[in-house]
Formats: sequence, structure tokens, C-alpha cells
Amino acid sequence: MSQPDLAFVRTEQAETLPAPISNVGAFGWMREHLFSGLWNTVLTILGLYILYLLIPPLLNFAIFDAIWTGEDREACLATAGGHVGACWPYVDAKLDQFIYGRYPIEERWRVNIVFLLGFLGLVPLAIPAAPFKRFNAIFFFGIYPVISVVLLTGGGFGHPAWLWALIVLLTLAAAGLALLPVFVGQAKVEDQLPALGMAGMVFAVPAAAVWLMTVDFGLEPVETPLWGGILVTLVIAVTGIVASLPIGILLALGRRSDMPMVRLVCIIFIEFWRGVPLITILFMSSVMLPLFLPENVTFDKLLRALIGVAFFASAYMAEVVRGGLQAIPNGQYEGARALGLGYWQMMNLIVLPQALKLVIPGIVNTFIGLFKDTTLVLIIGLFDLLGTIQLSFTDPKWSTPVTSHTGYLFAAIFYWIFCYGMSRYSLYMEKKLSAGERR
Amino acid sequence: MNKLVLGSAVAAALGLSAATASAATLDDVKAKGSIQCGVSQGLPGFSNTDDAGTWTGLDVDFCRAMAAAIFDDPEAVRYTPLSAKERFTALQSGEVDVLSRNTTWTMQRDTALGLNFAGVTYYDGQGFMVRRDLGVASALELSGASVCTNTGTTTELNVADYFRANDMPYEIVAFEKADEVVQAYDAGRCDVYTTDASGLYAQRLKLTNPDEHMVLPEIISKEPLGPVVRQGDDQWFNITKWVYFALVNAEELGVTAANVEEMKGSNNPAIKRLLGVEGAFGEAIGLENDWAARVIAHVGNYGEIFERNVGPDTPLGISRGLNALWSEGGIQYAPPIR
Amino acid sequence: MAVQDGIESSQKASSFIYDPKVRSLFSQAVLIAVLIWLGYSVVQNTIANLERQNIASGFGFLDTTAGFAVGQSLIAYSEASSYGRTFVVGLLNTLLVSVIGIAIATVLGFIFGIARLSNNWVISKIAYVYVEVMRNLPLLLQIFFWYFAVLRSVPGPRESITVFDSIFINNRGLKLPKPLYEPGAGLVGISILVAIAAVWLLRRWARKRQMATGEQFPVFQWAVAILFGLPLVVFYLTGSPVSFEYPELRGFNFQGGLTIIPEFVALLLALSVYTGAFIAEIVRAGILAVSRGQTEASYALGLRPGPTLRLVVIPQALRVIIPPLTSQYLNLTKNSSLAVAIAYPDLVSVFAGTTLNQTGQAVEILGMTLAVYLTLSLLTSALMNWYNRRVALVER
Repeated sequence: MSQPDLAFVRTEQAETLPAPISNVGAFGWMREHLFSGLWNTVLTILGLYILYLLIPPLLNFAIFDAIWTGEDREACLATAGGHVGACWPYVDAKLDQFIYGRYPIEERWRVNIVFLLGFLGLVPLAIPAAPFKRFNAIFFFGIYPVISVVLLTGGGFGHPAWLWALIVLLTLAAAGLALLPVFVGQAKVEDQLPALGMAGMVFAVPAAAVWLMTVDFGLEPVETPLWGGILVTLVIAVTGIVASLPIGILLALGRRSDMPMVRLVCIIFIEFWRGVPLITILFMSSVMLPLFLPENVTFDKLLRALIGVAFFASAYMAEVVRGGLQAIPNGQYEGARALGLGYWQMMNLIVLPQALKLVIPGIVNTFIGLFKDTTLVLIIGLFDLLGTIQLSFTDPKWSTPVTSHTGYLFAAIFYWIFCYGMSRYSLYMEKKLSAGERR
Repeated sequence: MNKLVLGSAVAAALGLSAATASAATLDDVKAKGSIQCGVSQGLPGFSNTDDAGTWTGLDVDFCRAMAAAIFDDPEAVRYTPLSAKERFTALQSGEVDVLSRNTTWTMQRDTALGLNFAGVTYYDGQGFMVRRDLGVASALELSGASVCTNTGTTTELNVADYFRANDMPYEIVAFEKADEVVQAYDAGRCDVYTTDASGLYAQRLKLTNPDEHMVLPEIISKEPLGPVVRQGDDQWFNITKWVYFALVNAEELGVTAANVEEMKGSNNPAIKRLLGVEGAFGEAIGLENDWAARVIAHVGNYGEIFERNVGPDTPLGISRGLNALWSEGGIQYAPPIR
Repeated sequence: MAVQDGIESSQKASSFIYDPKVRSLFSQAVLIAVLIWLGYSVVQNTIANLERQNIASGFGFLDTTAGFAVGQSLIAYSEASSYGRTFVVGLLNTLLVSVIGIAIATVLGFIFGIARLSNNWVISKIAYVYVEVMRNLPLLLQIFFWYFAVLRSVPGPRESITVFDSIFINNRGLKLPKPLYEPGAGLVGISILVAIAAVWLLRRWARKRQMATGEQFPVFQWAVAILFGLPLVVFYLTGSPVSFEYPELRGFNFQGGLTIIPEFVALLLALSVYTGAFIAEIVRAGILAVSRGQTEASYALGLRPGPTLRLVVIPQALRVIIPPLTSQYLNLTKNSSLAVAIAYPDLVSVFAGTTLNQTGQAVEILGMTLAVYLTLSLLTSALMNWYNRRVALVER
């Protein structure tokens, strides 16, 4: 059935023509993304101009005009008419001080071990696929801090009798509570053995920690005023995170508790710490805390700051954890109760594992904030990385007009790498977790 | 439940430790085996650390002298660097045993703050530093100037008084830390940097070009600087006081670190009493009788300390001036040991 | 039903230590007891310590003469003023930097948040770099950078950068002409208020008319005309009652005029740039939360990208944006306390710093400072919650 009237009938599909040159390739991409209209073109030119203003001077300062070798300030003083960039030999000369502060040189291996252990503890904890998470967490949140304290300070804190008395007293009280049903004739001793074991565990661990700190390992004691630099930055950040997680979880649970008094106390605690600036908390811990303590009881300055930071971080952590708790559907709680689990069993076995997993990004973000906030301790006269860097500006050996710029640039690079790294990690976890949700 | 336990633990700690009675400072110090000494956070010539973390300076040497008197070991000192703001709290709360941190003796501090000043190890006064190229020769030409200083000290009040008294307008920029003041002054934020004259000489070393700056002749206040202890422990107060007096007496009597052993055989009864050859003056303050001999053997007399840390041959280059002995035109004067 | 009875009887017998009510009461009682004990011992210790250290207590010090100067003050202040006045001076300086900082940070945040979603590659990358760099550097470091690093590169008073012979930029700050008011200046002020009221009424009327008739009225152009025109007209009618005092280089500093101190500029820049980066992320997330269909529908109705963003997307995004925005505002206010590091005389620096040093009354002074920040937090939250309720989705 041909149709002779028609002159031409296409019987096969025409070959697809390539897209117009203006729409593909680099040119097309530029047209679409850079010059798709007058307004966009203006924006592009403006943006390029801003980049031109910022990037070349920065690169010149950091790399091209920078001084790379030298012994002292002479190398970094402007040569006649020359433009001087960053003074890197100064960073090189001061690097040990930036890392350890004034920590005695022959004892710095101890700091290195603490850094290494922390790295080994944290990395597998952060990789979701790594095994032995439980042991890993116990190591990082329980064993590692004790080892670090002993290594860094030198341990051997003497034998405060009252501390031991306290531990014995509390152990007895806990055993008493565990055995209470036996005393009132409601249970046999055998039935309460698990509870007794639990009570033993809860107090045996702190006792062991205290014991470890009192033992004299023959390490040279190193006073905290000698600590400085990255060491102090990390000590504060890690203490903040290690202390804030458990306290934060307890506060979050307390805030969602059925007991009105507990709830009220937790709300006041959380809102108080969240409502005031960290710097006033640090002032409080450095000026007011000594007034609150009995005569002759004094805390180390660093320890006082750590207490302030720990409470501050806990309040923020509590709100993050609370978010996770709220995201757990009610059915999970009801299911747990229906299985006959008690409150702590329900939280431990059902709710918290799910909730904490959900808020890992939030926890990491809190940690980023905390890491940046560690710089504030320099205001109360502790020497963290930024404080140490600032201190080094006043060294006559290296005082040049570019020293402070170089120091701040070094600090900026250090903090940025840490914080950006962590924020990428948080983003990665978020994606990973939401992938699980989608399925 | 854990929270309850934690709370009660802290409370118990507070309660239990509150029960431990406070002992005398000397006994505490002897039990600890070292003196806890509050110093500044870094003032060259007075208390400063080198790269290896060793403390040096006039204020530091005073602590070392006390340690020498008590332990015969000038190294038995632990240092706590304190900001101007924290220093009194630290002393009051017992965090440090003695505060040797270029602290001005004022009536309010001596009485209302519950402190005792043991003497004046350095007679100072507040001065001004300016850039040479400003062409200023006197502080009276500073009308309208921007003034950098740090807070928490008497300097801030003095400068206000001075400018008000001379009816000159000024702009104050007050920093929390001395290092920040130096940085800001160096960056050109201010025309004038004001603090104790000794501090000006010390901080000048930290400027990019120390030679471009000069200290103006005017001294606008009296700043007697000295070691401080808590009120209520007379024995400790006496030790602090007499360690200082021993340093001054030793210079007056010509006893130095080099000749102290030889001087023990001197015929001068004043020297004999000072070095514990005669009399039992050490016992009266709870120390060994050769306490002053130990001090001088380990750290030298007042003059030696001064010359070593801030004197004309040091980078600070401060002349004795008011701090010369009374017999040499200054006002350093110590009661006799007898 | 023997089994049932058995359970019931055993429950009855075991009641009191297994009863959740008893347990809960017991735990709470223990908690309260511990807290009271803790509070009591803290109070006791504090009283004992204050007595032992001879530190005065009470708020009597607020009437004592302060004796020190403050670098920037919004109200009359001299060395002869009282500590109570230093508190007010510090508080006002904190509020000043916070309010202006919040305004700038919001503008920056919206610009960069929208820019990050821009189709323009250069613009979106610049916004991305801005957000990622500023967010991940400690604020204190940024403050130091602006203050110490930038200050060093600004010339001294004698080599000031001069704009129109009346504005001078040097390392002592920004010197502006200071307006001096003569009689009649009040009228100009009133005319500004009148203009604002007129614009508000105009906007209401225009909206009503648009609702009724669909006709649009160029409100923006008219508003600009009224806001600038009316005061200008009054200004000339009253015979230019405002004159300016120009800063003048006398001695080694500029005298006269209005000074914006570098500490304020550095703190303001650092705070707004830092917070702006966080707000940009919030804005971006908020816009992304608005369904793509809304934009497409709006385009289908013939709206161009600008009005789409302004009239369709942002109003809906605001619902997502406001709660986290509130906490950023709170953070900015709290972070303004870092002023203490660069000698900007804010509340913490002047009151919890200098005044505390001079009087030694830590408990009262820190108590007052904390109370101020808590109040500011509560007020900001309340204000933003009120606004949030206004923009919240009203289900019809």
C-alpha cells in the first residue's frame, strides 16, 4: 500500500544532531552557569572581581612572598622595598611550643603517647564498619582518660583518706540498696546477686581509677601551668566531649522524666548553662568557684576551667540527645514496657542505642563548637594553641611586622582542618544514617 | 540514679574536706616539700620563663630565697602564673602560699582584702611610654592621646586621676592581659602605653622595634611592689618579711653569694647574727638558725638579685634609683637583726 | 481464678519497694536532699570565705565612684560616675553591638544562603567557601584577626584615609562628622517619624486595594520618596537646623566629631561574618525545605525568579528558618562577650572585668552579669517565638 502522491516519506529516523555548540561543553556550561542573562553576567563579573581581590594577595602572602628559611627575625624583616609574606621559619622554630607549651622536653614522649592512644581510640570509634564498638567506647570514655591523666600529670596524687572513705561509704550504700529487698524479706540473696554485681561494678570502676591515680609510677610530675598549645586545646576538647556525653544523656533523660522534681532540676540546669556565655562561666570557675569551696580546698586552674567547660558542653549535649529521644516513636517505649523491661533496661537496651545513633551528627557538631570554643580559655590566662601563639608574638627574637599574621594564619589552618574535617564526617554520617532511614 | 550518686559524691567531698582543719602555712609548706608561689604570666626581669620553662626574675628570686630559707633548696618552689585579676583570689583561697607578682601595696589591699604586704622589694611608679617620632617630651603634652593599659590594676585608676587632674582629655583602651596591651600598642592602636615604669622597660623588649620607643620622665604614682601573704598567719608573715630584710641587710653588710662562707668567720657581730653564727634568730620564725646564710648562698643578696635580673647590664637596663640602699641614696632599708 | 489471686497477693505483699510511685518519690526526695545539702554547703562556704577574706558583700558598691574611664559610652559617663553606671554603660554597649550585629548577620546570611543556591557557578562557590571557612574557624581567632591583623595595616592618624575631607579612617577608628542639633531640629525628627507612619499607612492601604481590586501600587518607590523627601523638605523649611562638627587633626589625634572605635568595628565584623555563615546554612536549608513544586507553580503562574523567591519561597521557608535563627541570635548576643579579649567595653569587659577587679565582689557582679544574659536569652526567645507564631502555618 504505497502512497505515490507523496514525494518523500521518511522511513527511518533521522540522526540526532548534536546540541548547538552554545549549549554543550565548556562553552554551554559557561553560558548556562555564568552568563545566562544580564544580571547573571554582572554577578559573575562581580564574583570574579572579589576573587581577584582576595585570592592573589592571600597566595602571595602565604606562599610566593613567604620566607621559608631563617634563624631569627632578621630573615623576616622587610628587605629594602621588598614585600614580605608569611614568616614560616618562626612557626618552625616555635612548633614544639605550639604543640606542647612549656611541657618539659624530656617528658614530651608522654604527651606523644597520649596523642597516639587518643588517635587509636577515636579513629575506629568513628568508622562505622570497625568492629568492637563496645570495647572501643569503654576504652575511649573510661580507660583512656585515666591513662591520660596519669601520663600527663605524672600521677601519684597521694592518698587522700577522705576519698577512700567516700568510696567505701558509697559502695556500702549501693550494696545496701541492692540488698534492700532481702532485708525487707521480699527476695532471697541469690536473686539480688545481679544487682549486687551491678552496684559493685559501678563503684569498683571509679575506685580502680582513683587507685590508679594515686599510684606513683615514678613519672616526673608535670604541673598544669607548664602545659600549653595543642595539648591544652585537645585536653579541654576531649574532656568536654568525654564528660558531656554521659552527663548530657542523664540530663536529657531527666528532662523527659515523669518525676516533676527531676524534670524541673534538669530544665533549670540545662537552660542556665545554655543561656549564659561560656566566657562568664570561665570567669565564674576562675573567680567564684574558689569562694564556693571550703577553706584550703583548691582546684588546679586548668581543672576549674575543665569543670566549667564540661558543664557547659553537657547542657548542649543534653539538648542534642533530647532531640534523638523525641525522634524515637512511642511504640518503642511501649514495646519495651510490654516486654517487662524496667526504666534503665528500656533506655539501655532499646531507646538510647537508637536515639544516640540518630544524633551522631548533632554530637559531632556540638564537638566542633566545643573545639572552637576551647580558644576562650586564653582569656582566663590558660595557654591553649591560640594563647601560646599569641604569647610567642612577644618573643623579641621573632618580633616582626608579619609575625602575628603568620601566627594567626597557622592557627586558622590548624582549626580549619580539624573543624572542616569533623563537619565533613558529620555530613557523611548524616547521609549514611538517612540512607538507612529511607530503606 | 547515677546522677544522685554523683551529686552525693561531690557533696560528700565538700563536706568531708570541710572538716579538715587548716594548718599553719609553714607546716603545710614543709609537708608539701615546696612553696607554691604566685607570679605574673610573663614580665621579663620580674617573672618570666625561658623556652625550657625555667622561671627567672626578681619576683621569682624572692620565692627561691624563701625556699632556700626553709628547705635549703632554691628549687623547692612551684610557680602559679596568675593574671592581675586572679592573684588575690588565688592567695586568699590558699592556691598559692605567697604572691610575688609585682603587686602594689595599697591600704585597701592591705586591710580590706585580708592581705599582708611583707615589704617592698621594688619601689616603682607609673610611667608612660610613647613613640619617639611623636615628638613628645613630657606627659603633660599628652592631651587627647589614646592610652593603652591593662585592667585590674591600679594603673587604670592612676591614669584616670592624672589626666583629670591636669584637665586633659584622653581615650582609654583597657585590655585584660598585658600581652594584648603590648600587641595593640605595637600595632599603633594607642599613642601611649602606661604601666609601672619597671613594666614599661620590661615590655619594651617585646616590641617590634624597641629603640623607636621612649619612656617619659614623669612618674605619676607611688607603686611599692612587694610579696604578699594571707592575713592570720603571723609566723608565715614573719618569714616572708624577714627573708626580704635579710636580703637587704646582707647587701648592707657586704655579704654576697660568693663570700657568705668566708663571712661566717667575720668579726662583725651584725654579720654573725645575720648568718646564724650568733643568736637563735632562725628559731624565732620556725626555721634553722642559718636560714639567712642559706638564702644568700643560693640566691645572693638584694643587690645581686637586682643586678642579675633588671640591672643596667640586663636588657632592661634599670638603674638602682630609689631601690638603692638607704646608705647609698635610695630608700631600701631593713631593720637590724638583733 | 486462683492464679490471679496469687499474683495479686504477692504484689500486695511486695508493694512498697517495688512500687514505682514509692521509688519515684524516694529518688526525688534524695535528689532534693542532695541539692539542698549542696546549696547549703556552697552558701556556707561562700559566707565563711567572704568573711575570712574581708570582702564586702551586698550591692552598696554600685553607688561608689568608679574612678576609671571607659572607651565608649552611649550615655554620659566620666570617672566620677558610679559602678552602677558602669553596669549600664557596659550593658548598653553589649546591646549595641548585638543588635547591629544581628542585623548585619541576618542580611549576610540571607544573601549568602540564597547565593549558595544560585545557578551562577562563581557566586554559589564563593558562598560555599565563605560558609565553610567562616563556620570552621574559632570566633576568637576571627576577632583577633580583624583587630590585630587588620589594625596593623590601617594607617596612623596623620596618614588617615580621607573620604570627602570629613570621614577619616585610621587605626584609632572611624571618625565621622557629628551632627549638632539646633532649635528646630526636633521638627526634623518628628517629620522622620511622620514619614515612617505615612509609609506604614500607605502600605496598608495599597495592600487593601490590591486585595480588593487587584491593582498594584508602587509602594517601594513611594516609600523611598516619602522617607527621604519629607524630612528633607522640613529640614530646609526650618532653615537647616542641623550642622556638623567635623573631626580635626589636633595634636596626635583627631578631636571632635563622632568616633567609632576600632574595637567595636572588629567585634562587629567578626560577630556578623561568623554568625552570618551559620545563618546562610539555615537559610539554605530552609529554602531547600520548600517543595520544588512551589517554585515551579509560581513560574507557571508567570512570576519571575525574583518575585518567586520573595513572595512564594521565602515566606514558606521562614517557618523552617525562624527556630534555628533564634538560637543564632542568642549565640551572637552571648558571643559578644568575647569583647573582653580586645578591650571593647561591653558588659563582661567593663563590669565583670574592671569593676570586679576593683571591688573584688565576685558573687554580686557575676550574678548580675549572668542574670543579664539569661534575661536577654529569655527576651530574644520570647520575641522570636512571637514572630514564629505569626509566620507559622495557619491551617484553614
